[in-house]
Amino acid sequence: MYILIAGGGKVGANLARVLLGDHKHEVTLIEQRRDRFDRLELEFEHQVILGDATELYVLERAGIARPPDVVAALTGDDEDNLIICQLAKEKYGVQNVIARVNDPRNQAHFDLLGISPTVSATRGLMALIEHEVPEHDLVHLLELRKENLEIVEVQIPQGAPAAGKRVEKLSLPEGSRLISIMRNGRSEIAVGSTELQPGDQVLAILQPGKEDELRRVLLKT
Amino acid sequence: MKALVIGCGRVGSNLALQLDREGWEVTAVDEKEEALGRLGDDWAGGFVLGHGMDIEVLRRAGIEDADAVVVATDGDNTNIVIGQVAQERFDNQCVVVRVLDPARAQFYRERGLRTICPTSVAIDVLLESVRACEVRPAEPTKT
Repeated sequence: MYILIAGGGKVGANLARVLLGDHKHEVTLIEQRRDRFDRLELEFEHQVILGDATELYVLERAGIARPPDVVAALTGDDEDNLIICQLAKEKYGVQNVIARVNDPRNQAHFDLLGISPTVSATRGLMALIEHEVPEHDLVHLLELRKENLEIVEVQIPQGAPAAGKRVEKLSLPEGSRLISIMRNGRSEIAVGSTELQPGDQVLAILQPGKEDELRRVLLKT
Repeated sequence: MKALVIGCGRVGSNLALQLDREGWEVTAVDEKEEALGRLGDDWAGGFVLGHGMDIEVLRRAGIEDADAVVVATDGDNTNIVIGQVAQERFDNQCVVVRVLDPARAQFYRERGLRTICPTSVAIDVLLESVRACEVRPAEPTKT
């Protein structure tokens, strides 16, 4: 694969190193800052180029017209990442773009302009913290943006309407399914005959916006 | 008529002042407080401190019922993103975006964003001035 990486900071440089380590991939890294570029050039030689990856001539020098199999926009600037992905997709017909989102508040702009998938370290860390120390009764584990689905985790409380019921007897909201039940450290796939018990950790897949309905069926006491 | 000017530097501030003089109800947005000083002591329009990428800042500045939005911060990419947000999220019909790089200005213009490229304007004006000099071609030297 040919992978074009914009942004040679820690994220971009480490990704380039991993991809090149496999010897299966061709990589071009674009870095704007002279001091960083000089350091990167010692390691990556001709595979790193100096320039602003939002300038068309820089992208073209990096081979964007071929086009690459993947363009990863990983700079520390969300606006730049967004523009790089838009140019890659819409001007050069790149099929796969990946954007780094530094400030999670900017996610809405990426969604609005159709740039996906996105990667946000902050968002990922928040999800992990929530998973480890749930503050809410329903924890978002994974968003499948393209599919318009999300995976959530809930714990069945004592006295919940779903406790003691079989999955097939639940009137789950349309556009939702239970995936698995974790009980006493062991997990099994949720089927119709699976009976829910208080304390069960349940994974569910659903369309965004169905959370409240799911809560009502599984949790409300 | 309400106008929102995002980025209150040399360009934004003078534009805000001129629109204000022409009777618009103007709100300026800038992330630096000093920017307010550029509008002068008599500024009676609005000023919102914050970054134009922040939806809340845009809302506070009244983007939802603005008749015109001018985006003129010092960052091309920032301007292009904010301009698209104003146009596509808030459905603003009159969005004007300053983009210094002629290549990006053209690409986004073709996609339906009203971009203004001061660089291209400067090139045209300079070219015109050179042509207007009417320099006479040198007389062929006699041998």
